[in-house]
Amino acid sequence: MKQKLPDEVRKPKARARGGVPVAHKKGTAESPVRRIDPPSQVVIPMLQHIGAPCEPIVKVGDHVLAGQKIGDTDAFLAAPIHASISGTVKAVAPVVTVGGRRIVSVTIESDGKMEHDPANVPPHVTNQEEFLAAVRESGLVGLGGAGFPAHAKLRFPKDAKVDTLIVNAAECEPYLTTDYRECIENSWDILGGIYALLEFFDFKEVVIAVEDNKPEAIETLSRIASTDNKKDNRIHLMALRSKYPQGAEKVMIYTVTGRKVPPGKLPSDVGCAVMNVASVAFLARYLKSGRPLISRTLTCAGSAVKEPSNLRIPIGTQASAVIAACGGFASDPYKMIVGGPMMGFALYDDTVPLTKQNNALLAFAEDEMKIKKERACIRCGRCAEVCPMGLSPVFIAEKLRKTKDPEELQALGAMVCMECGSCSYVCPAAKPLVQNMREAKDMVRGMKKA
Amino acid sequence: MKKWMVTASPHVRSGDTVTGIMLDVIIALLPALIAAVRIFGFRALLVVAVSVASCVLTEYVSRKIMKRENTIGDLSAVVTGILLAYNLPVDIPLWMVVFGAIAAIAVVKQMFGGLGQNFVNPAITGRIVLLVSFPTAMTTFAKPLAWAQGADAVTTATPLASLSQIDLGGNIAAQMNSLSLPTMSQMFFGLIGGSLGEVCTVALLIGGLYLWARHVISPIVPVSFIGTVAVIMLIAGKGNFSFMAYELFSGGLMLGAIFMATDYATSPVSRAGKILFGIGCGIITSVIRLFSNLPEGVSYAIMIMNIVTPLIDRVTLPKPFGTVKEKKEKAEA
Repeated sequence: MKQKLPDEVRKPKARARGGVPVAHKKGTAESPVRRIDPPSQVVIPMLQHIGAPCEPIVKVGDHVLAGQKIGDTDAFLAAPIHASISGTVKAVAPVVTVGGRRIVSVTIESDGKMEHDPANVPPHVTNQEEFLAAVRESGLVGLGGAGFPAHAKLRFPKDAKVDTLIVNAAECEPYLTTDYRECIENSWDILGGIYALLEFFDFKEVVIAVEDNKPEAIETLSRIASTDNKKDNRIHLMALRSKYPQGAEKVMIYTVTGRKVPPGKLPSDVGCAVMNVASVAFLARYLKSGRPLISRTLTCAGSAVKEPSNLRIPIGTQASAVIAACGGFASDPYKMIVGGPMMGFALYDDTVPLTKQNNALLAFAEDEMKIKKERACIRCGRCAEVCPMGLSPVFIAEKLRKTKDPEELQALGAMVCMECGSCSYVCPAAKPLVQNMREAKDMVRGMKKA
Repeated sequence: MKKWMVTASPHVRSGDTVTGIMLDVIIALLPALIAAVRIFGFRALLVVAVSVASCVLTEYVSRKIMKRENTIGDLSAVVTGILLAYNLPVDIPLWMVVFGAIAAIAVVKQMFGGLGQNFVNPAITGRIVLLVSFPTAMTTFAKPLAWAQGADAVTTATPLASLSQIDLGGNIAAQMNSLSLPTMSQMFFGLIGGSLGEVCTVALLIGGLYLWARHVISPIVPVSFIGTVAVIMLIAGKGNFSFMAYELFSGGLMLGAIFMATDYATSPVSRAGKILFGIGCGIITSVIRLFSNLPEGVSYAIMIMNIVTPLIDRVTLPKPFGTVKEKKEKAEA
């Protein structure tokens, strides 16, 4: 299955510890991204990123155009939110969103015209400050899943010397194929985005990192990377071992550069910036068109979906509309997941809107989602073996059962956990280790506040 | 409006289960069982059956008395039963087997909280309880293959007992020649006196390789345990390889190092901890074999190291990813 990679493709600098060989199940890899018809209504939450929520700046009855800003805030760690279709504001009220939080959301009823806001013109950008301001206005957040506001990510601390930009195309979660499609279909946009970033930032090196089980993506990207001569050969392609969680930021930085981000530190502290491949490609399109982030690609797959496919959906499309665009359910779904099966959130109903960070909607029949019987921990240590962050969930869970002392939990490194789920995945006793880690983290945070 | 199953992530899990792991251990123990039946006759099978049945029943009854969930389905009691039987001479009275099983499961395992919570290995401790309670029965070993010739109650000394007569100050090779030890191939295939499951080195190695291939155990503990014994015996035997080989292939070393010292609940979690644990087992085993009145020390070595395991775990706790750098920075500041 593995093909020989072109010579110029780099090999990883370091081998990350741990990880689990999760089945890839990328059944939609060869399904081209299809733009769905604008749904009859969209529900746009005012928090679609890590940070502070936006305040709605429209009211019920307003007519809005696609691309018109409908939410913003003065907070630094935030990204403005735009209407994704044209139509009439029907409601501005709290809605239960992915993950269960109630968040004020703007419901827009479509007028069926998909009229774009003429105010969306290509931004005038001549220096880094203007570039960052434009990135903020675009509403871009990390499209890989975490949703970190892009302008905040790119505003490095003054004393940081960031010399490496990593374009993350690992897509290590099962089922997800949107980044892969981005590489195949929009490879020139990826290059364009990198050029734009190179223009305003002093990166010595740009590494596009792809898992080695995606030869077609690697081939396409290596062709693109090799056309780069005017940028002093600063753009490189790297094939990574395909092992979950290869795409996690700290793991990615370590495998690509050999640098370790210490606990509580940022990538910029080790001179790195990591951006999702779709985010980079979006930047190129935005700088050309001025159209903010109002749609995204999404993989809709799983055993209970009739026609699994990759879709481009307006932000705020409800789960039911996405399923309908995929021919409906093949069988009665038992579980619905937004995001990948390792880190995604289970849905409890289909009215939940999909937002900027959501890269997949998965629906499964019961036989695939059977819950393993929980048994006593046998201390096999597999959780510690697979933890990419070098933690020992077995001891953290034990401490949680026995003393619940936040100081001891912190000493065991609980805060370093990124909840990738490898420990729970591998646990033969089916212990809820990720939940234990979350509980431990909450307790440590509580201690800090007190 | 549809309502679906909601759980926390991850939503997929590997197919590994506790029962599956225990089943793998049972499979890995089968070659030694076949060897035991061939070498010691069908009474070997009977001892194993009685031991397994008593362990499972004891587990069932103790859980019932404590009003806890029935756990015999996880097969861990079966593993303990097989291991306990492997540590017994084939002609041991069956009631003693039952006694050992009750000590192992009721006292050592269930009274401390059941699977994963026991601080010493149940089978090892069961054996030790029997050894101190019934020293004669526990050290009377049938002659290999004697059962097939219909010869009843022919006993033999174990190679270890013979080896312990050697005066390490004198000429080792000459003394070994005068001892009429079994040949090396007899040692390797288990045609020697000893407990019913410990004699056949080749069968135990096959089981160990199977467990390694199935990722049930890592080879760290067996290699560091056996390696340490090998080094010490080589030094004690003044470089006599044959002396070292007899030490390695006789007694409970293979069985203990591969199947009992690797017990998850009672051995360290981290790699460094496993190495320390294996070396510790090796040193204690060698010291007992060389300097004490007992011919064998594997069980005691493992039990002592079991007790030290929480301390080893504490000092060998791996540092979270990237921590080393932070310390350096602090030192600079």
